[in-house]
Amino acid sequence: MARKVSTSRKLTFTALAWIVAFLIFFPILWTFLTSFKTEAEAVASPPSFLFFDWTTENYAEVQSRSDYFKHFFNSVVISLGSTLIGLLIAIPAAWAMAFSPTKRTKDVLMWMLSTKMMPPVGAMIPIYLIFRDTGFLDTRTGLVVVLMLINLPIIVWMLYTYFKEIPGEILEAARMDGASLSQELTQVLAPMAVPGIASTVLLNIILSWNEAFWTLNLTASKAAPLTAFIASYSSPEGLFYAKLSAASTMAIAPVLIMGWFSQKQLVRGLTFGAVK
Amino acid sequence: MTLKTMLLGAVAALAISGVANAETLTIATVNNGDMIRMQKLTDDFTAKNPDIKLEWVTLEENVLRQKVTTDIATKGGQYDIMTIGTYEVPIWAKQGWLLPLDNLGADYDVDDLLPAIRSGISMDGKLYAAPFYGESSMIMYRKDLFEKAGIKMPDAPTWDFVADAAKKITDKGNEVYGICLRGKAGWGENMAFLTATSNAFGARWFDEKWNPQFDQPEWKNTLDFYVKLMNEAGPPGASSNGFNENLALFQSGKCGMWIDATVAASFVTNPKESKVADKVGFALAPDTGLGKRGNWLWAWNLAIPAGTQKAEAAEKFVAWATSKAYTELVASKEGWANVPPGTRTSLYNNPEYQKAAPFAKMTIDSINAADPTKPTVKPVPYVGVQFVAIPEFQGIGTAVGQQFSAALAGQITVDQALQSAQQLTVREMTKAGYIK
Repeated sequence: MARKVSTSRKLTFTALAWIVAFLIFFPILWTFLTSFKTEAEAVASPPSFLFFDWTTENYAEVQSRSDYFKHFFNSVVISLGSTLIGLLIAIPAAWAMAFSPTKRTKDVLMWMLSTKMMPPVGAMIPIYLIFRDTGFLDTRTGLVVVLMLINLPIIVWMLYTYFKEIPGEILEAARMDGASLSQELTQVLAPMAVPGIASTVLLNIILSWNEAFWTLNLTASKAAPLTAFIASYSSPEGLFYAKLSAASTMAIAPVLIMGWFSQKQLVRGLTFGAVK
Repeated sequence: MTLKTMLLGAVAALAISGVANAETLTIATVNNGDMIRMQKLTDDFTAKNPDIKLEWVTLEENVLRQKVTTDIATKGGQYDIMTIGTYEVPIWAKQGWLLPLDNLGADYDVDDLLPAIRSGISMDGKLYAAPFYGESSMIMYRKDLFEKAGIKMPDAPTWDFVADAAKKITDKGNEVYGICLRGKAGWGENMAFLTATSNAFGARWFDEKWNPQFDQPEWKNTLDFYVKLMNEAGPPGASSNGFNENLALFQSGKCGMWIDATVAASFVTNPKESKVADKVGFALAPDTGLGKRGNWLWAWNLAIPAGTQKAEAAEKFVAWATSKAYTELVASKEGWANVPPGTRTSLYNNPEYQKAAPFAKMTIDSINAADPTKPTVKPVPYVGVQFVAIPEFQGIGTAVGQQFSAALAGQITVDQALQSAQQLTVREMTKAGYIK
């Protein structure tokens, strides 16, 4: 009897999980389906779900109008660059805060996080002026720097929480065995923190890939990533939904595929601690 | 080294330096059908000007506005040509942010530009932008539904006639609504329509001393009329409908009338997109007998920011894109129905265009009926028909639009909406120094 109840409970939860997952996934699915409709079908009411004349004309139109690969390349450089430089700065910082905390460590962490609470538009004009004067406007380098800076608090926080869970005794033992600081970092700490670092990297690549305020406002044509590519297909006067959906599908596909292949790592890093 | 090799080398060096000298113009533009068509036809320009290369930045209207405003206000210099609306041109020209267009060429024929459009983008007799396409607003209506109801639409109807007709053709059971109007909040959304409509009711945003006028009876009449009409004969959820939502409703046969931009005429009569393509008639925007019609005036223009290093090349391009020759180029490649409308008198005198575009006469009549310098019945201190050309208007217009949208949705009453609109406008105008 007990076994039966648990099976039905299991089934209910599984069904519930599927429903929630479907609801979350639905906008992406709808975008994907719309990208194969004509503009007239895209706004038809009631909308057709699967039974319409499938067409790839939107993809052909998007391809002929914009240089997808230029934008894609910019997105890759900007998201990878900002994440890697962010890691270089955040690992030593998080290590120091996790293993040699001071009275003020918590305050410093909170202060770092508080910078994320300001609406980005508040800093827009000063940053724009700095970029203008340093020649960083419409450059990939400039965007790498800005995205690295805005994501740095998140990287430090994530790494800090992973490092915190590594028992200090292990590092002490390593020190007793005569390990130097660099050996301690690279041979003891790093291998134990790999899942945490990996999920931090993945999450930050996704955040940088999707960032659409700075990437739109600080670029024109040369460094414009996929967010600008999508923005060129939206319009308040005229129907562009199908083309916009095609552009969006092309823009999110790479990060979706990356997420799919690394989901085990991502989920493990996000839900479990470092030492489990 | 033989003479031949030396010559070849010299030619190659010249060719390379030629390429190196090619100027690249960065053009910020808005995503709409006419602009996209222009991008596809630029081979004609680059063939005539091999030393100029073009780089396009195409964006959605609101993103574009945000980007180009930041760039020009900070003198960022990212763009050599900007696509801007009639709202920005007078403000930016006054700030000295735009170059006057003095060298558009001998065959440009400035006098051919429509006077209403030209006056909106000129300052002290000088042109500060060149119009690429212009539009007004008008009524698009379903001839079949009017016939069925036994009503005949006059060329220049009154608001009372429109309201009466809307109620007669509404058939909510079959999802046919008498009238579709903008309700989505925003200075360029519902406020474009309502400001233009309020002109027909004799209302104005400000008196001669910049005092807001939402506490006056004309605004109450306007908003009462609009909310009542939309409740009786409008589609459900109208408070979130903008141009695209109404376009989709009209094209699928759910609206009896739609009052919006003249540019919509080419969409609703296109059989590829519209189910009612062969049943659409056109009429002037309605009035109330006070001498002003509720139709607006808008143009997308090409302008050159004062900070550009490539002014000469930029002006060459602006002249090409807004010339008569460009109109003919579009006509030869894509047909007369697809040429950018609303900028030149000669286009509307062209019999081939009149034949290809059944909405041509109504478009030109609507544009000519709008006067940005005298938008409404009483005198005003501002320029603009459906907007007030001051920098503060974007913020104030959107805030007022939110109040009016809430009144349409039934969340607040018309009186409450007008009261809040008055309060917030007085506050902002005082802060900005207009009200002493």
